[in-house]
Amino acid sequence: MTTAPIVPASSTTEAIRSENVCRHYRMGDTVIRAVDGVSLEVPAGQFVALLGSSGSGKSSMLNLIAGLDTPTSGSVIVQNRELAKLSREELAKYRLHVVGMVFQSFNLIASMTLIENVELPLRFAEVDRGQRESMAREALERVGLKARVHHRPSELSGGEQQRAALARALINRPKLLLADEPTGNLDSHTGTEIMNMLRGFNRQLGMTVVMVTHERGLAERYAQRMVFLADGKMVDDRPNRPAPEAQS
Amino acid sequence: MKLPDLTELALRNLRESLLRNSLTTVGISVGVASLVAMLSLGIGLQQMASRRLVKSGLFDTIIASSRREMRGMGREEERNGPIPGQSRILDEAARLEIEGMPNVSEAYPDIRFATELRFEDKPHLTTISALPQSAKGNDSFDGMQGSFFSSDTAPEAILQKSFAEELLGKTPPLGAPDPNVADLAKPLLGKELTMRYAQRAASLAPQAAQGSDPDSNSGNDFAGVSYSVVSREQKLEIVGVSDLDPESMRGPTRAKVFLPLKLAESLHVMQPTDLRELSRDSDQPVYSSISVRVKNPAQIQVVEDAIKKMGFTTFSIADASRGLRQFFGVLYAFLGIFGSLALMVASIGIVNTLVMAILERRREIGIMKAIGASDADVKKLFFAEAGAMGILGGMLGVVLGWAIGQLINFGTNIYLKRQSLPAEHFWAVPWWLVGFAIGFAFVVSLVSGLYPAGRAARLDPVQALRYE
Repeated sequence: MTTAPIVPASSTTEAIRSENVCRHYRMGDTVIRAVDGVSLEVPAGQFVALLGSSGSGKSSMLNLIAGLDTPTSGSVIVQNRELAKLSREELAKYRLHVVGMVFQSFNLIASMTLIENVELPLRFAEVDRGQRESMAREALERVGLKARVHHRPSELSGGEQQRAALARALINRPKLLLADEPTGNLDSHTGTEIMNMLRGFNRQLGMTVVMVTHERGLAERYAQRMVFLADGKMVDDRPNRPAPEAQS
Repeated sequence: MKLPDLTELALRNLRESLLRNSLTTVGISVGVASLVAMLSLGIGLQQMASRRLVKSGLFDTIIASSRREMRGMGREEERNGPIPGQSRILDEAARLEIEGMPNVSEAYPDIRFATELRFEDKPHLTTISALPQSAKGNDSFDGMQGSFFSSDTAPEAILQKSFAEELLGKTPPLGAPDPNVADLAKPLLGKELTMRYAQRAASLAPQAAQGSDPDSNSGNDFAGVSYSVVSREQKLEIVGVSDLDPESMRGPTRAKVFLPLKLAESLHVMQPTDLRELSRDSDQPVYSSISVRVKNPAQIQVVEDAIKKMGFTTFSIADASRGLRQFFGVLYAFLGIFGSLALMVASIGIVNTLVMAILERRREIGIMKAIGASDADVKKLFFAEAGAMGILGGMLGVVLGWAIGQLINFGTNIYLKRQSLPAEHFWAVPWWLVGFAIGFAFVVSLVSGLYPAGRAARLDPVQALRYE
């Protein structure tokens, strides 16, 4: 990460800043404007919900922040790093050390046990084998999966899989947790469980959380801020007072 | 990612699609097996050929002769070198000097003379030559009846088959099949031959008889140095009858009866060179030629050059062995190319398997990239999988190739046995071939992995994650 260009921060507590960011795709003759000029600033430690209907561009925005995709124009600056200027190698390191991601479909590797899934980012970070295992066990213990470390994802419930995915996302102690519809495949009870965990990490570890969801109720209960997108544009940005304690 | 992690992940991934990866690995191993089988056949044949040639004594022997022997032959060497009449004499001192050269295992005089042998009171005229004990390993004595000389000084003789026929009066008419050597040897082994020969005595005075019955002597007095020729007899026991002709190379001058070298030397048989060297005031023996055996046929040229420098004429058939090496070089290349063809086909299998794996594991690659894998990590992982298949296939292929070789060797030997021919080991898998085959399979696999690994590394994570 030492080679990454550093951008002067407008405020010391700012985690994410996007400036007029666009992501356009070309399909034949038509241009799809998945993200179209979004400017957004997220202070460190904030829990933000990106809301919008299907195709509004919220997932595309999340991918840009995650460094999985690069903007067509504009810039995304995370932790003072201008992502568009990073090489592919630097982006991989950014994803490895700065960002943790959870997905709607959990995205655990089916052929690996939970502990192997959780320690995978540590392999990429070239952490020693002994240290790796204890860190992965600890992470799984934190999400209540101590007894399941040697199970494969297919042997677990959706909630358990998402908890394992959370453990994996947090294993490298990222500054930023990005969640793409984390409760989309879960029943409401399990969904609440996961959301409580997300909020717990946000509050206890001071982690910035950006969550994409189309469920406004969920955002209102947990997020400190709600950003609404439609047709790739930001249509509303409002602070929210989350419920003091989650109810299922 | 670290190498142990890469290897572990690669092997885990290979286990996941066990059937497909096993089939690909078997494909590689068949390729390697064919390469190993082809090359080990070539190596085995070469080893067999050089074994035979070394044993024949043709490729490790230099015949050195004095230039004085060439008088009037008008050969190029005679014209270029010193005048034959003034060149160095091939005497015992020269023999010892040659024997002392590096890479020379022995140098022994070529003792050869025509004389009369009596068997059951009938005289037979023949050429006799002397053999050192080391000639025992010569494959001309393969299939010999009886045994080799018990010692270098034993009064024993080995007969060539055609002379045995002559002694028994069994010379077959032209075109008739040769009689069996065992039948010829039976009535001859252990029997006595009496050899009559002319002994060269070193002084003018008639010597006391060393052998038996000195029936004549003649004195010579020449420029102050003189010697006498004494007719002598030596009893010899027939210990062996050789089936093959150890002197086939020598043409009409070839000997049909062989004596132990030291015995022949002690007899001081009158040699044609003796007359020529009369002017020398030394009683050391002088040889017309000596046979020089080198330790390794590869060094024959070096030794030959050194002997030439001493002022002697040499002869060897090293040139023929050079041609043979060239032939085997071409054979290797030919067999290697054919053997590699199967490996090339197998490499397409690797490409296919890995491209399939990318399609299947598209999402997995996307996940890995999302959680921090770099392009290089993904690339290395696919390389490791290709390499692991290569090494596993290579090892399996070497075993398979070796087994095929053994099987063919076994089958051929059964055939040879039925044809009443001796068994041969014409299959050789040297360690360097094992290493080379596995290494080659590994390299071919890595090259095959280039395209799939590059493709996997370039995969767009967003697209890959969308893939179901």
